Amino acid sequence: MSYIICEGLALAYEGRPVVKDLSFNVDPGDYMCIVGENGSGKTTLVRTLVGLKRQMSGRIIFGDGLTKRDVGYVPQNIITGKDFPATVYEVVTSGLLNGMGIRPFFTKDEKKRAENAMERLGITDIRNKCVRELSGGQRQRVQLARAICAAGKIMILDEPASGLDPVITSQLYGIIKDLNENDGMSVVMVSHDIPSAVRYASKILHIDPVSSFFGTADEYRKNRMGKHFLGCTCDECKGGAV
Amino acid sequence: MNGIFGQISEFFSYSFALRAMAVGGAVALCAALLGVSLVLKKYSMIGDGLSHVGFAILALSSALGAADVNLVITIPVVIVCAVVLLRITENSSIGGDAAIAVLSTLSLAIGYIAMYKAGTNVDVGSYMFGNMFTIKEGEAYFSLAVAAVVVALFVLFYHKIFAVTFDENFAGAAGVPVGGYNIMIASLTAVTIVLGMRMMGTLLISALIIFPSLTSMRLFKSFRAVVISSSIVSLSCFFVGVVASHIISIPPGSAVVVTNGIVFAVFSLIGFLKEGMVKSNHKKGI
Repeated sequence: MSYIICEGLALAYEGRPVVKDLSFNVDPGDYMCIVGENGSGKTTLVRTLVGLKRQMSGRIIFGDGLTKRDVGYVPQNIITGKDFPATVYEVVTSGLLNGMGIRPFFTKDEKKRAENAMERLGITDIRNKCVRELSGGQRQRVQLARAICAAGKIMILDEPASGLDPVITSQLYGIIKDLNENDGMSVVMVSHDIPSAVRYASKILHIDPVSSFFGTADEYRKNRMGKHFLGCTCDECKGGAV
Repeated sequence: MNGIFGQISEFFSYSFALRAMAVGGAVALCAALLGVSLVLKKYSMIGDGLSHVGFAILALSSALGAADVNLVITIPVVIVCAVVLLRITENSSIGGDAAIAVLSTLSLAIGYIAMYKAGTNVDVGSYMFGNMFTIKEGEAYFSLAVAAVVVALFVLFYHKIFAVTFDENFAGAAGVPVGGYNIMIASLTAVTIVLGMRMMGTLLISALIIFPSLTSMRLFKSFRAVVISSSIVSLSCFFVGVVASHIISIPPGSAVVVTNGIVFAVFSLIGFLKEGMVKSNHKKGI
């Protein structure tokens, strides 16, 4: 059974309808990329999936025992507060809140989970550093570690590679792919880097105001829409994605 | 030196002084804790706005002859205002700073009209700049109890407050009721301000909220360290300020604010020197 099933979803951004009649499903083990032009509603869709926004119409069903607690969310460039005093450890452990309920302190097991997540992403040695002193790539690792703490089953990422250089970007994609393949984490990722999306993802959701595409990455390559977009961006992406 | 110590021990022998110290210390602690979240969320001015609303309500209730139940009336009304202000600030289509400025000045005006109409024997100065030594015993116990609740809630919800302050989107997606926590923080701030404005005055109470966390952020880089440092800075500045005001005969509320200002300058200087040292070490390749 699918983790997430969306049926006939219609979304609005600031009162303006952006997406209509969107249907797709995310199964256990899936790696789904959401692509589409700027302003097509990718971020709106993700915010709706994690429950920060309500859809105009349509249904979102969590299946296969998935609850809100199993979802790890990586918002678009969060660590923006320039003066915010917070260490890597503090940010990563804030991902543990999912399962905390009313309990005021973290248990040993929870702390262990945070340690493992930091270990996994190679940020244990900078655990006491302030997040504002980190590079873009390190920040994304912190965000991922926090999401791992939160996520049991599925991770939803909103353009995690934005603003990163090509080397760091491919490292990041490698980590995400690894989580998907070796930890069985389902991945839903917004991306504007279509060649990479097609390369890594098993499923593509292309959002378009007129008609959206949903299918496997192979189907997308053969699809008129996919061909058009892959062709268009080919020249720009030769450097970064291959 | 003996003279100064003599003065200090004499000061602490008065029950009104001890009362002021106890209530003031409790308020200073609450303000410092909440201030960290408020400053980081860029809500510093909310505290200032709320103290003006509190002034209007205190003045109105005194004018209506309800002075005895001041706190009981003022706290709920200021909480409502805090929630309204928070909503306005969150709604970017209306300028939050403009809304606060409008509410502040309107409250000042209404409060002053109420005082003017009520009669002549009201001391506007003590409303504006506080009067630490007129707190009655009942009020003191009430204030201490409320302050204990504020501190307890802050400790119990510490991790959630951090998450909501640091990244509302992530916290919201994780199922933390962000709006609820924002309302809690605003309400606790409202309570703290009402308790503290009698001592520090309408115009000075927000200093207790803003200064300690700003000061601590000059030096500390973790949320926990900033919270702990703010509490210590706030309590120390309060006690030093009040005792110093007694020794050199200046108004205590103002002395506390000036002490906070001095500590801020010292922390800034140390932070600046530290950063300079780190940079020059980098240059030398250390």
